[in-house]
Amino acid sequence: MSVDGTTSETASLEPTNVEPESSTGRERIAPTPDGTSQPTAGQPADGQAPAKPATPAKQGLSVKLEGLRAFYGDAEQVKGIDLEFNANQVTAIIGPSGCGKSTMVRCINRMHEEIPGARAQGRVLLDRMDVYDPGVDVVAVRRAIGMVFQKPNPFPTMSVFDNVAAGLRLSAGRGPGGKADLRSRVESALRGAGLWDEVSDRLDAPGAGLSGGQQQRLCIARSLAVEPEVILMDEPCSALDPIATLKIEELIEELKQRVTIVIVTHNMQQAARVADRTAFMLSGELVEVGPTEDIFTNPSDSRTEEYVTGKFG
Amino acid sequence: MSAQGTTPAQGELLARFAVSPARRRKDQLARGLITAGTVIALVPLALVLYYLLSKGLGSWSWDFFSTDPTGNTFFKTSTIGGIKSAILGTIEIVALASAIAIPIGIGVAVWLVEYGRNSAFANLVRFFVDVLTGVPSIVFGLFIYIVLIVGTGSSYAGYKGSLALTLLMLPVVIRSAEVILLLVPAGLRESALALGAPRWKVIARIVLPTALPGMITGVLLAVARAAGETAPLLFTAAVTRKTSFDLGQFMNSLPVQIYSDVTSPTTSVVNRAWGAALTLVVMILLLNLIARLISRRSRLA
Repeated sequence: MSVDGTTSETASLEPTNVEPESSTGRERIAPTPDGTSQPTAGQPADGQAPAKPATPAKQGLSVKLEGLRAFYGDAEQVKGIDLEFNANQVTAIIGPSGCGKSTMVRCINRMHEEIPGARAQGRVLLDRMDVYDPGVDVVAVRRAIGMVFQKPNPFPTMSVFDNVAAGLRLSAGRGPGGKADLRSRVESALRGAGLWDEVSDRLDAPGAGLSGGQQQRLCIARSLAVEPEVILMDEPCSALDPIATLKIEELIEELKQRVTIVIVTHNMQQAARVADRTAFMLSGELVEVGPTEDIFTNPSDSRTEEYVTGKFG
Repeated sequence: MSAQGTTPAQGELLARFAVSPARRRKDQLARGLITAGTVIALVPLALVLYYLLSKGLGSWSWDFFSTDPTGNTFFKTSTIGGIKSAILGTIEIVALASAIAIPIGIGVAVWLVEYGRNSAFANLVRFFVDVLTGVPSIVFGLFIYIVLIVGTGSSYAGYKGSLALTLLMLPVVIRSAEVILLLVPAGLRESALALGAPRWKVIARIVLPTALPGMITGVLLAVARAAGETAPLLFTAAVTRKTSFDLGQFMNSLPVQIYSDVTSPTTSVVNRAWGAALTLVVMILLLNLIARLISRRSRLA
């Protein structure tokens, strides 16, 4: 089963065409598939500052919800939430299906209002600016607050390269300076998403031809390319197998150096693994929020305890 | 085949799972009916193709495609000419009609799917498009005749025929394009919007390219339908023999040529109608083949 003697628990699960990344956390000294090993030139090996040549490391911004309510027609799906997402931290949102997690997250970058009949009330402060302020351009909000969806959805007509470049080409405001600039931005986004080593030799292949996990990292690269300050992830791993999930989780750990991350998940172990803070929602209301460890080991609300221990429902 | 487990009641099991004779009979009856129906439906199709080939192929020759009809049909020895003007006229008229109907039709479909959605006005538009789909083609010809020929006191012209065909094609293009645009996954629009793309860019760069192969199929089917119409052209583009490249002039077309040829008492002229009919069918068949080839490459199928 295993390909060599050094297999860890996870490595032994992997198929024989093992992808280079080790599963040991954030150190990604990736041997290339042909075994030549060692960090790629221009990329620091330790993952502290994921390849961002030329541009200084960007910082995430905090997001604060104040009395956020969201409706579909007359049905109130999110019933007044006050919650703060700290800059450069990962916050997980957990809760049963239909509790309003996704709806709440979609209110942050104003994607909620794209659904016919849907509207939101209250304030969403990006740093100190309300994204629902009448003078705010919704397009600019979405450039600053990227989003990764449940189902990997690379643009089917585009190559791997074009999928990432689409982020830049589609959002006019942060357009590329030139061809060389576009190339380097695409490369740095792919590196940021931990995908460069796997796709650098087939940038012209269709994006839809990658595996599910690679597609999802391609979508992450696509949102990274526009250099957002916040990334919202709506159950990004629910369509992926455990190995692909692990890679995304390692990636999240790295990404928080430069962005603020909000992740909706049904998988409580995932929340425990990746999140600095965790929020528990129930029927459109926020039950409890706190450091992840407290939520899972010492919740203050009995409903939280029932949910995280599996006694719920 | 496993050795374990006792099989005490094998006979009982067989009885329980056996196909009952009654069900077998019903199954055979239903299969027979469906097969018969299919064969019956194919008979007229095969006959049409058979007659077209047997009667039309004989009149095909180089001259048949390279000369205009002469109208000289009184003597057995006279040369009646070919169908060049009809082929070129059909191509010109249909090309102009497509150039008008396709952009407008796709524009309407994009509006319906991306902007109108389920608003009252969008549903009104859909209702009218459905009504237009069912309007007999001669009514479009009459409409153009009354408005552009009687109304302006002018004469027949190729472009007036094109306009009649445009009206005929529009509802087909709109409906087929709308169906294809609805197939584009909502997730693609969402992820493009979430990247901070303005809506027009989402449509132009993501939605339309994704839907393109499917839309081409629908559009080509509309073109094929328009190419075969006689009625809207009879009193808009008129009947003529000469080849014309001026859409402001009278213009011949294949369906109209066929229509006027089959009523002739001269056998050779009737044969020319068969040859022209075969030509038209082959042209439309080619369009359909192209449509199929393109839709096979569709990413949405």
